[in-house]
Amino acid sequence: MAKLIFERPTITRLTPGVPSKHGVGTAIAPMPLIEGIKVDDLMDKYGSPLSIFSERTIQKGMEDIKRAFSIRYPKVQMAWSYKTNYMDAICRIFHKEGSWAEVVSGFEYEKALRNGVRGENIIFNGPAKNAAELEKAVRNGSFIHIDHLDELYLLSDVCHRQNLEARVAVRVNMDIGIYPKWDRFGLNYENGEAWDVINRIMINPKMKLMGLHTHIGTYIMSTDAYRIAATKLADLACNIAQKFDHYISYIDMGGGFASKNTLRGAFLSGEDTTPSFDEYAEAITSAIINSQIKPDKLPTLILETGRALIDNAGFTTGSVIANKRLSDSRRATIVDVGVNLLFTSFWYDHKIHPVNSHSGLVEETTIYGPLCMNIDVIRPSLMFPALKSGDRFVITRTGAYNTTQWMQFITYRPNVILIDHNREVHVIRKGETLEDISHNEEIPEYLK
Amino acid sequence: MTALRKVTVAVTGLNNIDSPGPGIPVIRGLKESKEFDLRIIGLAYEHLEPGIYMSDLVDKTYMIPYPAEGKDVLFNRLVEIYQKEKLDAIIPNFDAELFSFIKLEKKLEESGIKTYLPSLEQFEERNKSNLPAYGEKYGVNVPSGTEVFSISDLDNTLKSMNYPVMIKGKYYDAFKAFSLEQAVSYFTNMSEKWGLPVIVQEFIRGTEVNVIALGDGKGNLIAAVPMRKQYITDKGKAWGGITIDDKSMLDLAKKIISKTKWKGGMELELIRTTDNKLYLLEINPRIPAWVYLAVGAGQNIPEALLKLTLGMDVKPYTKYDFGKMFVRYSYDMIVDLELFSRLTTTGEL
Amino acid sequence: MIIKENIALSENGFVFNPSTGDSFTLNNTGKEVLMMIKDGKNLSQIADLMLVRYDADRVTIERYLEDFLNDLSLNNLMEE
Repeated sequence: MAKLIFERPTITRLTPGVPSKHGVGTAIAPMPLIEGIKVDDLMDKYGSPLSIFSERTIQKGMEDIKRAFSIRYPKVQMAWSYKTNYMDAICRIFHKEGSWAEVVSGFEYEKALRNGVRGENIIFNGPAKNAAELEKAVRNGSFIHIDHLDELYLLSDVCHRQNLEARVAVRVNMDIGIYPKWDRFGLNYENGEAWDVINRIMINPKMKLMGLHTHIGTYIMSTDAYRIAATKLADLACNIAQKFDHYISYIDMGGGFASKNTLRGAFLSGEDTTPSFDEYAEAITSAIINSQIKPDKLPTLILETGRALIDNAGFTTGSVIANKRLSDSRRATIVDVGVNLLFTSFWYDHKIHPVNSHSGLVEETTIYGPLCMNIDVIRPSLMFPALKSGDRFVITRTGAYNTTQWMQFITYRPNVILIDHNREVHVIRKGETLEDISHNEEIPEYLK
Repeated sequence: MTALRKVTVAVTGLNNIDSPGPGIPVIRGLKESKEFDLRIIGLAYEHLEPGIYMSDLVDKTYMIPYPAEGKDVLFNRLVEIYQKEKLDAIIPNFDAELFSFIKLEKKLEESGIKTYLPSLEQFEERNKSNLPAYGEKYGVNVPSGTEVFSISDLDNTLKSMNYPVMIKGKYYDAFKAFSLEQAVSYFTNMSEKWGLPVIVQEFIRGTEVNVIALGDGKGNLIAAVPMRKQYITDKGKAWGGITIDDKSMLDLAKKIISKTKWKGGMELELIRTTDNKLYLLEINPRIPAWVYLAVGAGQNIPEALLKLTLGMDVKPYTKYDFGKMFVRYSYDMIVDLELFSRLTTTGEL
Repeated sequence: MIIKENIALSENGFVFNPSTGDSFTLNNTGKEVLMMIKDGKNLSQIADLMLVRYDADRVTIERYLEDFLNDLSLNNLMEE
């Protein structure tokens, strides 16, 4: 007879208000496989912790969003948001699926070029572009999204001195009835600043106004906010057409679609409350189609969706280091994935699944990362099965921002692997070594 | 005599505690129906919901997962229960679970379980945080209110308001705050319990009156009974109430139900000010806990709701007895530990 | 290693401590271990039996048995 899996014995005090396994149960189903491949095998081979991406999930997401928008609107162009995840392999998957690049710094711009994106397919956003970066982008024919008046003057200066013509768009911020109001990026709609800058661009012989851009925020659950934003941009486009007889070639609605992660403090699960791509698409496209823009002059709709496309495609696996009791008798589990790798645990209640099956009995647990810092908490409180040292788990929906905002603090960042569309496994970023971390350091002669 | 129609109904909200859920009063109403032979299935979130142990009212109880676990987890559990009990209908009674049930409405229907719920749009529209827009759209007086997301937000909002103010949780709970410190403490409490935003509302002085109403989704008011709270607990719940003869309240209920085409039970929480104006404080998207008063006054709203759920014709109620009173009391049941043990280990009782 | 005499353990893994009024639930392994303790088995006997039944080494099993016993003591279920 095969031996049973050993689950550490547990005893849980029943406290009013705390559900038993029947109160939660199935939500913490084991997750032995990712894309049909055994998680145990991957971790045996590539170590723990481990960051895993699924190409199929990325492709599925791209298919879904393209379908949702293209059945409602004639011209749609995706642009991959580099800051969300700029590992070359990931970017290249998006480019292969037809995405342009949307970058917010000179560094990201260089990365996009290196990934083979043509200059005219790069959207250059961000509040801090310098003269050299601007010049390069102008020469490459990239779309430069003007964030503030000073940038307009700087760009104008660059163009005049080098005798170049820039293709530009204006980033507009506006009141769309949601909180928090993002007014630090771009030029304001309500106070007329955006219109003022548009006028300056239109009379500047060195600039060609290609589009209008807005990015209303991040993790936006309200499709109505997008409808309002699209309406306002469409109105601006009409005003431009009326005054200058100029038709912009695109409206860029930015990013901000929510993934299905659950925000900390949210009462309901993100899986239930997050709008679908169809719902976002309906709000945005109907606002543009129903505006005064003439049907034959409809601009291309650009989407810089990042999080909603890559979050679901990323998994972070790890192992339990230890269990302990806290002073209030709550169970604490220490794992080898900390906020160094999972920056997003500051704002999400990430779902965590044991790799192997368990009895179903759960207890209130705090999950700590391995760092020597008090803020290293992956989940302050969740109902979790009794895992023992060495037991493995999968944290789902970790694909966005974690491999760009991660910290190299007291340890190395692990292997990142990709399970491709044929279920072949590739290392797309090698685990760091001491040499990787220190090779930029220099030791002054006298300390040698 | 023809045999009564056998129906199995699942009911949530069995927390018949000092701030009671509507489950037990709903069941009492259902049990008084002369048209059905009912089997009542309780659906509970916590082990100590008193209704679980009221075997004369609840035939069998199953534990179900919290809404935070997501609707799919809930659906799987309901299907499990359906396979054992062949549920005909579910009457959910918690605000916080309605979102999930509304989203599951179709899937439940396909599985053979009927519900009678407002649409997601109706549900969202009457959300506390949307109340000002709601008041404007339907021509109803509402107190001014703001959603706040942080303490600094709250601080800013309060600068332009006069104390006291009402601090309200996204789903439940409302507290009167007389100072910034109090407001901050309620804010913290409420945001932890119910998530963001927290709503800050102008405090309107007057008498608290409520209407229970039932809409058929086509704009018809099927039942409505107005009540005045006679005694309010420190949790703001009516401990005693009396039905009143108030046409303006009925008219308001009729107006709201017909304009919004509300489907299902609802409660209008109102304030009548000294200058005799009605302010709408809140719309609860389900039957309130004091529903048994309406039954006592001649309108069996739970029964009418069940009939609508089952697709039967329901003739609108046109009258009720005014001056009917309820006085709520609490009652200590003796419970065998064996029952508690069974519930906690098997998830059903 | 003696469990308090008046501790009630039910078939389905429910534990009640009549002296304190606390109730608990056990997972399957927890229930098995508690039953063996009630039967008067010592730690090493329990480990022997579990080693046969479960896919784990002796060190692991003993470590978590100790941990579990510690939990029982913390919850006032063991005789001092």
